[in-house]
Amino acid sequence: MAKQISMLTKRIIPCLDIKDGRTVKGINFENIRDAGDPVELGAFYAAQGADELVFLDITATVEKRKTLSQLVNRISHHINIPFTVGGGIGSIEDVSVLLQNGADKISVNTAAFKNPALIEELAREFGSQCVVLAIDTKLESDGEWYVYLNGGRLKTETRCIDWAKQAVNAGAGEILLTSMNHDGTKQGFALDITGTLSGLLPIPVIASGGGGTMEHFVDVFTIAGADAALAASIFHFKEIAIPDLKEYLQNNGIRVRI
Amino acid sequence: MKLVIVKYNAGNIQSVLYALERIGKEAVVTDDHQQITSADKVIFPGVGEASTAMAYLQERGLDRIIKNLEQPVLGICLGMQLLCNYSEENNTTCMGVFDTQVKKFTGQLKIPQIGWNNIEEAKYPLFAEMPPNPYCYFVHSYYAELCAQTAAITEYGVRFSSALQKNNFYGVQFHPEKSAKAGEKILTNFLKL
Repeated sequence: MAKQISMLTKRIIPCLDIKDGRTVKGINFENIRDAGDPVELGAFYAAQGADELVFLDITATVEKRKTLSQLVNRISHHINIPFTVGGGIGSIEDVSVLLQNGADKISVNTAAFKNPALIEELAREFGSQCVVLAIDTKLESDGEWYVYLNGGRLKTETRCIDWAKQAVNAGAGEILLTSMNHDGTKQGFALDITGTLSGLLPIPVIASGGGGTMEHFVDVFTIAGADAALAASIFHFKEIAIPDLKEYLQNNGIRVRI
Repeated sequence: MKLVIVKYNAGNIQSVLYALERIGKEAVVTDDHQQITSADKVIFPGVGEASTAMAYLQERGLDRIIKNLEQPVLGICLGMQLLCNYSEENNTTCMGVFDTQVKKFTGQLKIPQIGWNNIEEAKYPLFAEMPPNPYCYFVHSYYAELCAQTAAITEYGVRFSSALQKNNFYGVQFHPEKSAKAGEKILTNFLKL
């Protein structure tokens, strides 16, 4: 078959980690630093040309659900691009509240792994287009990528590729793939596992973890074939400006929205 | 001006409402026939599955109300598809305002199409006063074929109708409510009709 022409652009997605309504970013999931108000920061990124936003809530208090839904409501009143909300989402009710408050997509991680039926239920209830499966994965010494849970603290014996395939069959609409080996290193994205999943799965793959230079983004799109790339601290600490990044990608022959 | 958003069993109605709020417009979300027919403008949004949505509309007589509206109507995403003749999605007969068919993407590209794509050959008045070939945000597995009423074209494996227009009926496959400044301009243009 002749190669099909697509004019679809590659997406740049800043990720905002949220705790108690404020933005934070951990290096290798630890050493958290405060980087501002989520709504202001999100609106800034939207104006800069971010294609989507991800808000990952790491609040662990009982107040979490209420503060998160209030924050999501504020975000949707102020931000004119799509956004995903994740972090501890485990039920249809959780998702329903977030979508009602204007979230476009939700991401599930540990809860979906422990109860894969959750993906099916969410896809049936709300449509696959709003179900993002987040996978934290780590390359072990045996040469395999394994799934980690609980924000990277709990190793499983399941291979990333097996879980991703299962999740697609269950109805996940996108995969958000974070390499724990690369996250926070700024040494580049995990091109091998990203490329493997991107080539194998019929749904979009968002690469996360390791983006430190503009070349890294070129590589993850051209070598690994990712559909989108996510990063946090390099944007928060203004190491890379989104307009510069997009111009660089365009100059390297990658279709982006400018 | 009375602006109505048609309430039915499809997602993203809230997002459209918030987008209108951001550009300073209030809308009423309702499935009341009288409220819909008496509105100055009607937005018919939707994310979901075609046959379920059509069945819901038919049970409530909303399909007849919508297709006979005479004021400007904007169908968004599934809303636009339901205004076409027919959808391959579960073999669904739709409202038949736009003389085209809705088909599923095929081939090796990822489905659904998710993300920002180019709007080409965009026509007035919906795309008035906009830079050429703007980018808009798409999330869909089905597309409307090109036809005489095509008002914009986008390419994803196939060239399809990313907007349609027939008389007072407008339809967009993308999500103007999530398409940054370009989307806000399109909504503003519709509200000015």
